[in-house]
Amino acid sequence: MIDILLSTEPLDVSHCINLVQSPECGGIDVFIGTVRSQTKGKQVVRLEFEAYERMAIKEMRKIAEQAMDKWPVHKIAVHHRTGVLQIGEVPVMIAVSAAHRDAAFDACRYIIDTLKQTVPIWKKEVFEDGEVWVAAHP
Amino acid sequence: MEITVLAFGIAKDIFGRESVQISLGKNTDIASLKEILEEQYPKLKELASYMIAVNDEYAHADIVINTGDEIAIIPPVSGG
Repeated sequence: MIDILLSTEPLDVSHCINLVQSPECGGIDVFIGTVRSQTKGKQVVRLEFEAYERMAIKEMRKIAEQAMDKWPVHKIAVHHRTGVLQIGEVPVMIAVSAAHRDAAFDACRYIIDTLKQTVPIWKKEVFEDGEVWVAAHP
Repeated sequence: MEITVLAFGIAKDIFGRESVQISLGKNTDIASLKEILEEQYPKLKELASYMIAVNDEYAHADIVINTGDEIAIIPPVSGG
């Protein structure tokens, strides 16, 4: 089972965990990304996320399918937020259930690392004195 | 043919809008499209990198663009 969500609404952490629960599983590995107050020592006011929605959903599903192929995991949920996020809010959440923890840890790590490389979602950091699209320039 | 190129993130700032119309000859591939875009919007060359997506998929340089394709410019992603 794969559950993909791209939403402007706050992510529901317990709902996401419940989605991957299964009696055959011995564990659930969860990654929760949170908005950090500083970047390179500079105070962040808020983040703004934008997505190429249809492609982002497609790419998130591809990554989850790859993880399913690579590791013996049962269920995967990949949820990502768009829009304006304040410090401490959750832009991304991944939950993976598996019979044994190694597979869940490995799959979860693979999903977040790959998502950051391939899924067409962009983050703008807004500071007191300006703003910058993250990773845009060398 | 006329195609619409969708822009996201910093590409939207460079274009000054969410999409632009570009006139292309027949059998234009992705590599040529990038050249045309960079000529019109030189700031694209300052990006760390950027990809072109055709119909929701990352497209290699030799992919040929057809009428009706959905084309999008994908600057370096930074989700998560």
